[in-house]
Amino acid sequence: MVKVILRNREWELRPGMTVRSAILKLGLDPEAVLAVRDGQLINEATLTRDGDTIKLVAVISGG
Amino acid sequence: MKCKKCGGVAVINMRHHRLALCADHYLDWFVTYTQRTIEKFRMFGSGDRLLVAVSGGKDSLALWDVLLRLGYQADGLYIKLGIEHQGYSDRSLDYVQRFLETSEAANPPRAPRPTQHVLHVVDIKGTYGESIPELARRTGRGRGKPCSVCGLVKRHVMNRVAQEGGYAALATGHNLDDEAAVLLQNTLRWQTGYLARQAPVLEATQPGLSRKVKPFCRLYERETAAYALVRGIDYIYDECPHASGATTIFHKELLNRLEGRSPGAKHSFYLDFLRAKKKGQLLLPAEEVELHPCEKCGQPTTAPGLCAFCRLWQ
Ligand code: SF4
Ligand SMILES: [Zn+2]
Ligand SMILES: [Zn+2]
Repeated sequence: MVKVILRNREWELRPGMTVRSAILKLGLDPEAVLAVRDGQLINEATLTRDGDTIKLVAVISGG
Repeated sequence: MKCKKCGGVAVINMRHHRLALCADHYLDWFVTYTQRTIEKFRMFGSGDRLLVAVSGGKDSLALWDVLLRLGYQADGLYIKLGIEHQGYSDRSLDYVQRFLETSEAANPPRAPRPTQHVLHVVDIKGTYGESIPELARRTGRGRGKPCSVCGLVKRHVMNRVAQEGGYAALATGHNLDDEAAVLLQNTLRWQTGYLARQAPVLEATQPGLSRKVKPFCRLYERETAAYALVRGIDYIYDECPHASGATTIFHKELLNRLEGRSPGAKHSFYLDFLRAKKKGQLLLPAEEVELHPCEKCGQPTTAPGLCAFCRLWQ
């Protein structure tokens, strides 16, 4: 499985989909988050692998 | 997905530029693109002394980093607002100080002598007697939110420090998403006065007023965040606790949904607005407000007597 983390939320997804599809599947906006795996920024077409932990970084700030 | 320059693994794909880049080429691209923006809008030149407003967030620290890498003489200004919720102010100042101590741009390995830039810290409570939340509570401005007082105080202090230090310009980390959100807000209400004033460069039209520039105004928020991540700049990730529910965030989300459907939507919304304005295709009211120096602090104001900032402390 693939673990996806955004702030204090966590999900598990099947491996083998692109980062973009994973983000969409979680109901998030690919424009509004970046994905980091093993400390490296990864592009949206990267395929997720079994055992991955993907950290999503929210990019929107406001106020 | 491969880097367009070298064929290595891309870390980011910018659909509106049809450009995917690896980590190294992304950092290069980002710095060059900022320099091109500085030139395009004639923001400042290589000999100018700059003051960068830094909050500890990704945009302002990335901006300081890029300006230092480009070789500009850029000092920082951190305004300590006194937001104690979850130690927000203290923590954000820590990020700024850590940037100064550890970043490669602030400590270039081959610098012949210690680098010249400094950080100015203005503690609002220490300087004026009350923190932003206290000031908001006492004056009752802003319907329970300190943001309107906060904005007013920050503008005043930035202008004061820029004036006293003789800086050629005050640079802020506003990105394209910030600008597009403001544009959307102003357009939804046809705030023609605000539309007339929205620009990447605000000239110092009056004595006592500093020139303001936004070198990141052509970069998406996800691009400034990606730069900070790839560059290893540690920034405060949490929002100011008072930012939650802000209209700006809602407008940014709306714009991102448009962007998802047609890549480049945000880019054209903002940059085509600037273009149309420049060509004189938008008939906006000319600015004819009369400004005079505040009796107390001397900063230009429309109000007779004291400026809005000085009235806060009455
Ligand atoms: S969210 Fe409001 S109080 Fe917090 S820094 Fe921004 S303007 Fe100031
Ligand atoms: Zn490359
Ligand atoms: Zn005043």
